[in-house]
Amino acid sequence: MSGATKRAREHSETWVGYRQELPRYRTDISRWNRARATDNAAVSNSPSTTQPRTAQPRTAQPRAAIVVGASSGIGAALVRQLAADGYDVCAIARRADKLSELEPPAGAGGRIVTRAHDVTDTAAIPELFEEIVRELGGGLDLIVYAAGIMPAVGPEEYDTEKDLSQLEVNLGGCIAWCNEAARLFRTQRRGTIVGIGSIAGDRGRKGSPAYATTKAGMATYLEALRNRLAEARVHVLTVKPGFVDTDMTRGMDGLFWLISADDAARTILKAAHNRFWSTRYVPLRWWAVGTVIRAIPSFLFRRLNI
Amino acid sequence: MGAEGNGRGPRSSYEYVEGWGMAVGAHARVLRPRSAEEVARAFATARGEGTSIGLRGSGCSYGDASVNAGGHVLDVTRMNRVLAFDPETGVADLESGVTIEQLWKHILPLGFWPKVVSGTMFPTVAGATAMNIHGKNNFKVGTFGDCVQEFDIVLPSGELRTCSRTSEPDLFHAAIGGFGMLGCMTRVRLETKRVHSGEIEVRGVSAHDLAEMMQVFEDEKASADYLVGWIDCFGAEENAGRGLVHVARYLAPGDDPQPEKTLRVAHQELPANILGVIPKSEMWRFLRLFNNDLGWRFVCGVKHQLGRLEGMRGWYRQPHAAFNFLLDYVPNWKFAYGRTGGRGLIQYQSFLPKETALDAYREMLALCHARGHVSYLGVLKRHRPDPFWMTHACDGWSLALDFKVTPENRASLWETCDELTRIVLDAGGKFYFAKDLVLGHLAMLRAFPTEQREAFLALKRRLDPDALLQTNLWRRVFAPDECLTARP
Repeated sequence: MSGATKRAREHSETWVGYRQELPRYRTDISRWNRARATDNAAVSNSPSTTQPRTAQPRTAQPRAAIVVGASSGIGAALVRQLAADGYDVCAIARRADKLSELEPPAGAGGRIVTRAHDVTDTAAIPELFEEIVRELGGGLDLIVYAAGIMPAVGPEEYDTEKDLSQLEVNLGGCIAWCNEAARLFRTQRRGTIVGIGSIAGDRGRKGSPAYATTKAGMATYLEALRNRLAEARVHVLTVKPGFVDTDMTRGMDGLFWLISADDAARTILKAAHNRFWSTRYVPLRWWAVGTVIRAIPSFLFRRLNI
Repeated sequence: MGAEGNGRGPRSSYEYVEGWGMAVGAHARVLRPRSAEEVARAFATARGEGTSIGLRGSGCSYGDASVNAGGHVLDVTRMNRVLAFDPETGVADLESGVTIEQLWKHILPLGFWPKVVSGTMFPTVAGATAMNIHGKNNFKVGTFGDCVQEFDIVLPSGELRTCSRTSEPDLFHAAIGGFGMLGCMTRVRLETKRVHSGEIEVRGVSAHDLAEMMQVFEDEKASADYLVGWIDCFGAEENAGRGLVHVARYLAPGDDPQPEKTLRVAHQELPANILGVIPKSEMWRFLRLFNNDLGWRFVCGVKHQLGRLEGMRGWYRQPHAAFNFLLDYVPNWKFAYGRTGGRGLIQYQSFLPKETALDAYREMLALCHARGHVSYLGVLKRHRPDPFWMTHACDGWSLALDFKVTPENRASLWETCDELTRIVLDAGGKFYFAKDLVLGHLAMLRAFPTEQREAFLALKRRLDPDALLQTNLWRRVFAPDECLTARP
């Protein structure tokens, strides 16, 4: 016992008289006790102590992540990867049956919790977000928005319903989920937001006009978020994958440099942990392609079939 | 619930809520009602859920006065309309979330200035009333509560009451300084002061030690409107308590040749650059380099020498905002104490009666040196008593000490504060909940007079029998824990 603690103990024992004056304020002691337990946690587990002081404890502390659009493809691979890295992950997808296939990795890994949710139901998101973060332990370190649809569009097809549905899922859902995360991350002054965009968003191609629009919109929205949250040290990453072997690309012609979803997930998480990246092509060689494609003047681009 | 605020209740979101000093915080659902009805509805919903609610204004309390771990937080900043202002009498009717900044910008062009302002312009009027804040003129005009004429308060039962000194005097005197434990204020009627210029006359007086500084206060007390002392806490032995007193007084009618010019809000702007080059929004990054014992020893030493020069300068004029809102000169300066990982600062402010203050403060400054926890900023102010039940003010002095908190020094800093608390209590001192993060239950029992404390608790029990309104502060200080300080 240190000298000061001992003195404190002795001193308080001389104040027996004060103990009799304790306020009788015990009408709802259960609520009181519950709250006091959380207070103590709040002081000792505030982001302070969960945050790394040296390089080591970063992996030792439990971390929490949300992946939206986790039933297949890159999203599912990210969930597996994050859980293997020790994150407690919440996997969100529309198809509940697909979610049940996400098995936590064997050995030392984080928990996986699942929620069935349709991202077009934006009114439900604030409540769901709070519920999930509480279940993950109160704080959040990472959110990945990987939900996206790309229905095939015929060369002479101009279908408003089809186009707007992509807007709702790819862009509307992204904005709704990122806004919730942004409020939390801004006040925590830490956190990482990852949006899975696409190289398709770099130009308006002939092939999939609405899809390209949503991905371009996502990139712009995430850029704005990055700038708004810079003061709060929140990292916002736009990922632009090339061709990844998922349901979305299955059966498409002319694919090259195809990588597996697991490889993509590994690269994405590496970039998410490195503040250097604000936009990351996956794999990196697509950056060269993207730069060239973005530089092609419009009068030429409209004559090309890329 | 819902971020859209869909008729069912106030807007809400899930956030991390922390004290201004960043040393404490917790995740919570934050409700942002826009009317008294929504406040009542939020109370009813929380009661239904079995959850407590903590009230919060701008979150400018250093400690845990607006943090409620495990419960919801009700943030009043969305209710921020100036309802009425009478340019004849200077009485303002304000919604609870109106900030001091909004208030002064509204009334200064009409020739008025808030009677009491804090060192920062961001607190809300409801927060300022509930914490009963004070300014550099406490010795002259009292606390913020002294200029409140009337307020509306939503009780935990959902009932809306209007309180003033004549109607509901008990609730009026208990809720002012009642740190949001009796109900949520939704409207505050405030007196303001007529000013004849947008500027104020200021003079610096350098002091070699604490006794000299207190003597300056006593000499100037009768004629000054504002008095504040900066203390270089690195001064030890015969230099203990050295520093600079700023004496300020309002200008009389006619002293300012162009009042219509100086009363403009644009004239009040704080300087955009510091030393002419560093943009002030990035200044904290620069300060961070100095934010250690050696750096502050240097900064304080230089400031003290500059203060001696300022002492020879005589009277000069400064806009009201520039004189009052010193804490807003460098935006986010608290980040110099670290932005992550339990880093931050606490302010230990103790109030002592005038008879015992000098010796006790000398002892405290020496103790800080002995324990290796030297405050980077010390501020001395003079106070006068007021009629509010849980008030911190007394006929005496206050010394505010800023301490850097890191995960490493937390335990030892709290122990040092424990020792400081003993000195304060033995000298008959009091504490101030807007600053505190270290007191324990026994210290509160000794610091506040039994009769007022019991009356306050009885009122709390009557108005809020199931303890709907709670904060970390409330549980820490009023919970039956037998310790002096709340250990980290």
